[in-house]
Amino acid sequence: MVDATINNGNKSDGLLTDDGQSLKAKLALATRRNKTKAFLLVAPLLFFIVITFVWPIGVMLYRSVNSPQFTNAFSSTAVVIKDWDGQGLPSEEVFTAFVADMVQARKDRTIGKAGTRINYELPGTRSLFTGTARKAKKLEAPFKESLIAVNEKWANPEIWAAVKRLSSRYTLSFYLASLDLKYDKSGEIVTQPEDRQIYVTLFLRTFWISGLVMLFTILLGYPVAYLLSVLPLRTSNLLMIMVLLPFWTSLLVRTTAWIALLQREGIINDVLVFIGVISDENRIQMIYNQAGTIIAMTHILLPFMVLPLFSVMKTIPPSYMRAARSLGATQFTAYTRVYMPLTLPGIGAGSVLVFILSVGYYITPALVGGRTGTLISNVIAGHMQQSLNWGLAAALGALLLASVLVLYWFYNKIVGVDNMKFG
Amino acid sequence: MNKTLKYGISAAVALFVGLGGSAWAKELTVVSWGGAYTKSQVKAYQEPYTAKTGTKINSEDYSGGLAEVKAQVESKNVKWDLVDVELSDAIRGCDEGILEPIDPSILPPAPDGTPAEKDFIDGAISECAVANIVWSTIYAYDKTKFKGNAPKTMADFFNVKDFPGKRGMRKGPKPNLEFALMADGVAPGDVYKMLGTPEGVDRAFAKLDQLKDSVVWWTAGAQPPQLLADGEVTMTTAYNGRIFGAVASEGKPFEIVWDGQILDLDLWVIPKGAPNKEEALKFIAFSTDTQRLADQAKYISYGPARKSSGPLVGKFQDGKIDMAPHMPTAAANMKVSLLNDFAFWADNQDQLNERFTAWLAK
Amino acid sequence: MALPPYAGPGETLWYYSFRFICGAIFLFLILPVVIVVPLSFNVEPYFTFTSGMLSFDPEAFSLRWYLDIFQNGMADPSQTFGWNWIVDSWNNAQWVHSTKNSFFIAIIVTILATSLGTLAALGLSQSDLPYRGAIMGILISPMIVPLIITAAGMYFFYSDVGLAQTYTGIILAHTALGTPFVVITVTATMISFDRSLIRAGANLGAPPPTVFFKVIMPLILPGVISGGLFAFITSFDEVVAVLFLSGFEQRTIPRQMWSGIREQISPTILAVATILVFISICLLTFVEILRRRSEKLRGITPA
Repeated sequence: MVDATINNGNKSDGLLTDDGQSLKAKLALATRRNKTKAFLLVAPLLFFIVITFVWPIGVMLYRSVNSPQFTNAFSSTAVVIKDWDGQGLPSEEVFTAFVADMVQARKDRTIGKAGTRINYELPGTRSLFTGTARKAKKLEAPFKESLIAVNEKWANPEIWAAVKRLSSRYTLSFYLASLDLKYDKSGEIVTQPEDRQIYVTLFLRTFWISGLVMLFTILLGYPVAYLLSVLPLRTSNLLMIMVLLPFWTSLLVRTTAWIALLQREGIINDVLVFIGVISDENRIQMIYNQAGTIIAMTHILLPFMVLPLFSVMKTIPPSYMRAARSLGATQFTAYTRVYMPLTLPGIGAGSVLVFILSVGYYITPALVGGRTGTLISNVIAGHMQQSLNWGLAAALGALLLASVLVLYWFYNKIVGVDNMKFG
Repeated sequence: MNKTLKYGISAAVALFVGLGGSAWAKELTVVSWGGAYTKSQVKAYQEPYTAKTGTKINSEDYSGGLAEVKAQVESKNVKWDLVDVELSDAIRGCDEGILEPIDPSILPPAPDGTPAEKDFIDGAISECAVANIVWSTIYAYDKTKFKGNAPKTMADFFNVKDFPGKRGMRKGPKPNLEFALMADGVAPGDVYKMLGTPEGVDRAFAKLDQLKDSVVWWTAGAQPPQLLADGEVTMTTAYNGRIFGAVASEGKPFEIVWDGQILDLDLWVIPKGAPNKEEALKFIAFSTDTQRLADQAKYISYGPARKSSGPLVGKFQDGKIDMAPHMPTAAANMKVSLLNDFAFWADNQDQLNERFTAWLAK
Repeated sequence: MALPPYAGPGETLWYYSFRFICGAIFLFLILPVVIVVPLSFNVEPYFTFTSGMLSFDPEAFSLRWYLDIFQNGMADPSQTFGWNWIVDSWNNAQWVHSTKNSFFIAIIVTILATSLGTLAALGLSQSDLPYRGAIMGILISPMIVPLIITAAGMYFFYSDVGLAQTYTGIILAHTALGTPFVVITVTATMISFDRSLIRAGANLGAPPPTVFFKVIMPLILPGVISGGLFAFITSFDEVVAVLFLSGFEQRTIPRQMWSGIREQISPTILAVATILVFISICLLTFVEILRRRSEKLRGITPA
């Protein structure tokens, strides 16, 4: 609006301000100054988030394609093995460079890292590297023969194919591993043997559980939000506390409470035994499995569904339903044809929010998930902290992040971040 | 990352909040596994050491693994002087260059003059680590649940028909695969050879399949006694010291089955660049002498890593229980036992972990 | 919503069964939060009600787990209560230590996040801001990105710059996680804020700082405070980043609860949980009062 008036003013004639400057220039200056001022206000936080948050995540994701541990230790081998055509065994030149690198790597204590790295490509080779490195100093030319004399595994072309693959510091093998794929000895991409296929299953399970949690939060959240939106303010404010109190209570407190409620010797089982529904020996296993994860996550995420639904329902005038009824619709028809379509934006907003949050859940599945209720986040944490396979953790994280960003894009389409509210 | 930027950021950030780490003089930060185990070390090593030298010792807990050590070393921000680790982590950390080498000549000889390198049991001294105890993974059961017919062998653990009830097991392939093969009749000496072949791994998983539906998986050492006490399981694999603690200190009706126990070591290591390296070395020499190792057994039922400490092991701190029969290293307990093979696990951990996770998910 | 007079028997039935269903859902929501309270007074080390508790036998209840919060980790827990006991507990008890950490970290985080977030929200609410969508996206991202990814990224980066296992590292991490809440809450307040008031202030001769403190601030203060409370609770409850970034020294309450649940399950956790529930009730009440005050201030009367 304002812009239009200004443009009109400028087109008709060159208006001047009282100090003689052109109004157009003055306004442009003011706008620019406002822009700068607005930006300067945002800048500190933007800078802060980029440094402490965006950049660290970027650096971590870089680890999923960058793995220099092997090339660092075997730099000269990496250069000469590039010329090997992959047929038979590499030339003596490669073996010479390899043994020299090995002696150096043993001295620099980088052999362990290189061995760990190649073990990801070819399980069972770590001790071959560290073991041979202990003897590498005493080896004599021709190195091909003497290396094979130390351990006949060195005559296996698969090992040299893996060495060649690792001679570049950039790799896609962590992404392949995250999708249950790998390189075979000729460098083709093939699926992992069935008994090692795990990550795709876990991703699918994560989406499946998130979907179920989303569905349950809709089923439970919808009636509650409806009731809250139609009750008189005093009553609804009181009942709202029942939704907001869990929301403000620590995640760990709620998870602990569910453990107390659901475990075999827990309250729910005790009650069931007491009233005679089940016998003492046949207590129901409700926790440390998928059911436990779903129950606890539904409870924890329910407020995230109720709040957006409530704010949408609050804006639907009750007269719409009365109008439908007076025009002859039954309660059911009035509801499905008039009320429900109006609440769809709320369902959409709540669903995407719940789904985004549950896809990345870590704490609750780790504590109550047991065997069948762990999610992809738990595996990422395992690779970060126990197996120390950081490249794989980064690749899995990148895939998880990508799926969340896609969902976030949807969320933005449906509601827009600006309309997000709490409490 | 660019160094100047790095230091710039950390300096700016440190100024911003006005907090930074501070270095201590004549202090030592010793990190161990917590619970009764750390207490036993404090009583047997730390307190006498402080009394003798006046060095203040900060005792911290961690939950195992090399992740924290690695992060500290790679960031050149080492806060720990001494860490109690498992054998596999000691060797791996040494190979990766994140641990300080330890010269075994600093270790005192046995009272009869046997040099330390001969006095320690096999594998207890390595390039970067010195062992203090031998511990083992065993299985234990609740006596009140098996009156009359009590389980005696590893095979009984896998026999749900004759010994009903849920089982507790560590969530991971190690050492369940070894247990499974021993229960399936493989002699302890052949277990790792067998696991090195695809058929052996299949056989171990097939044996685990028999139990799969009745297992409650645990992740931390304190959980198994808790699971037994709560009645969540009737039998569980566990670390022997934890079960002994529950029996001796809390009077729980648990019984350990030593058949098929898997022995492992806990060792002292020094992270590379530790702030008080010299003091840490002195502490290692002090804490692993014959008497100190024997003293620790007063507080927890883990075996001393020195042969000469064996005869000195006395009674539990309550002055009643004779500790020697509760040591994993006691002859009667060693009849069917296995020493954890570090090299095997270093090579196969990743693929067996994946296979185990895939097996669990199915 | 009273039952309309024209309702038939079917509708009446539905009306009451709907209320019943809603009641059950409310029970599902609130039961886990309140159940921990009586359990924390159990004299036995179990997570369930004993028969003594159900018959209200006073012997079955005790405060021992609350005492344990102050005692666990003390150098000499057996000493009689007195000044030395308090000093010992304050300096050595693990839960006391983590409580101090939690409050220390959360308070600094609240101050940092509120100032940075409010400034940014002021900028974001001006229509002149270029690339507003993209900037908003970046500022909100800590709330959207799964915590495990955030924690993993920070673990590497903060290790690189020497901030892993320091208070500074955790404070920075929590500030990043807390600011989106401040930005969103304050921006929401600014949207309903009548901008002509700023111009009126300026017209009457007030310089921008005066306008900010005398006109803008009082009106957006409820939003700022509730944003700050969100930042506080985010930091106070956060455990994933702490798991990756903290050392033993920086343990917070949730970190201590996490290892408690995983390792040494004792009803002490329930006692701590009960205290935390009361803290949340206080915070919730405070936020509700603020919300109503701000509605009144801005003349929004509830319909």
